[in-house]
This record gives sequence, structure tokens and C-alpha cells, in this order.
Amino acid sequence: MNPETLRTIVVVASIVVAGLTAALGAVGAAFGESRIGAAAMDAIARQPDEAGSITRNLFVSLAMVESTAIFCLVIALILLFANPYITGG
Amino acid sequence: MNGIRVFGESVVFHVGPLAVTDTAITAFMVSAGLIVIAVLLRSAVLDRPGSAAAIAGELAVQWLDDLVTDVVGHPAPGLAVFSGALFFFIAGSAIAGQMPGVRAPTASVAATSALAFLVFVAVPVAGIRAKGFGGYLRDYVRPNPLLAPLHIMSEISRTFALSIRLFGNMMSGQLIVALLVALAGVLVPAPMMALDLLIGFLQAYIFAVLATVYIGAAIRVGEES
Repeated sequence: MNPETLRTIVVVASIVVAGLTAALGAVGAAFGESRIGAAAMDAIARQPDEAGSITRNLFVSLAMVESTAIFCLVIALILLFANPYITGG
Repeated sequence: MNGIRVFGESVVFHVGPLAVTDTAITAFMVSAGLIVIAVLLRSAVLDRPGSAAAIAGELAVQWLDDLVTDVVGHPAPGLAVFSGALFFFIAGSAIAGQMPGVRAPTASVAATSALAFLVFVAVPVAGIRAKGFGGYLRDYVRPNPLLAPLHIMSEISRTFALSIRLFGNMMSGQLIVALLVALAGVLVPAPMMALDLLIGFLQAYIFAVLATVYIGAAIRVGEES
């Protein structure tokens, strides 16, 4: 197999996998965040006095869960913009 | 795709062997702006009590003190200063990133790793200052010495997560705005820029709260049970 074909295969695989990474990462984080949001609404409805403290913990948990999606996004961007397997790309 | 820079730094000029990047310049500008605002608020609090600036400064300090007291369980003035500095620097960077032609310093892996490394170093320093060397090391072998490698792993991985989270959020916001500007005219990117600013403030708050939680866990006293 000549190097040009090999490089094309790597490029196509990187683009496809980058899209899949971002999409699957978003799916997982979306499910997790929806559960956190629903649980926080439930907690605020039960105890409106604790709304401030619940909201702070809500934001922190949302950020923790969202960081998995952000990791997927960063991996996708590495594949697209800083791919170590495409030389001179 | 040539105009969009995701990773890497652009060197503006060299000072001897030291390469000065645009990230370093914007970070210093943000710091200088924050210092000027802080000095103005300080003089307002000292000279003109009751004015709007004095009340704003006192509210900010009160908010930070309450936040730290809530998380740690007892007042920790040094930690409030540290977390407040992190919050205002990241929020200031988010504001600076909205200016045309300016790239937020926190949209670079170098700057966010530096901030996360600060937290990584501050945890043992604060822990040793609060509990002494032996008292801090005893946290690693609790509840069982077998868990010490896991404690060390968690400290490294959470530092990594802290830096990549901030970088990913800030950089993706700038990427979306850059793509929209390239795609469609003048007013289309405005809602996304507003969302980017909101996410920047949220990330600043989250970074400060997480730093407070990590350092607070190291300095909390009376956790023997």
C-alpha cells in the first residue's frame, strides 16, 4: 500500500471517529445532566428554603458531569486539529 | 480552517530566550485590570463608606467569605483570597475574550494547566500549614494504607480534569463564535457570544468552588471520625 493511500485512510478514520466521539460523549452527558436537573428540581420543590445550597451543588455536579462531554470534545478536536498520526497535516 | 487555532500558542515577540505568547500578554492585562479595580474598590471602602463602589467591594468579600465558610465549615480567610483570585481572574478572562481580536487566556491549555497546577500545589501547602506535616500525611493512609496510591492518583487526575474542563469550555465557545463569524454576518454570533460569557462566569464559579472543596478537604479540622 503506498503512503498516500495509507494517509487518506488515517484522515478518513480520524474524521469519522472525531464525529462519533463528540456525539457519543454528548449523549452520555445529556442523560446524566437531565437526571441531575430533575433531581435538583425535586429537591427544591421539597425544600424551598435550601434552594441556595441545592443550586450551588447543582452547578458543581453539572460541571463534573459535563466534563466528560468536554473531554470527548477535546479528544475530537485533537483528532481534527492536532492529530499525531497525520504527518505534515 | 486556517484562521482557527485550537491548540498551540502564537509567539508575539521574544525577550532574550523567553518567548512571549499572546496568552501571556492577555493574562497580564487581565491581572493588571483586576489589580486596578481592586485598588479603586479598596480606596472607596476606606475613604467613601456607603458609596456604590464600597458596597460592591464589601459584597464581593462577604460573598467569598460565606462561600468558603459554607464549604470548609469554618472561616478560612487565606483560602477565600485564593479562591476569589481564581474566580475573578477566570471571569475577567471570559470578559476579555469577548473583545474583538482578543483570545481569552483561559482558552489556552497552558494557562488552564498553570491554574490547575496552582491548586495542585496549594492543597499540600495549605494542608501542612493547617495540620502539620504528619497530620497531613495521615490523610493519605486513611482509612487504610492500601488506599494511598488511589489518593495520589485522584489528586493527579482531578488536577488534569480541572485544567481540561476549563480549557474545553472556553475554547469551544470561542470556536463556535469563530465558526459563526466565518459563516454568517454581524449579528448572528451575538447570542452565542452571550452564552459564551455566561459559560465563562459559570466555569469561573465552578473552578473556584472546586478549588475551595479540594483545599478545604485538606485543611478541615476535626474530621477524625
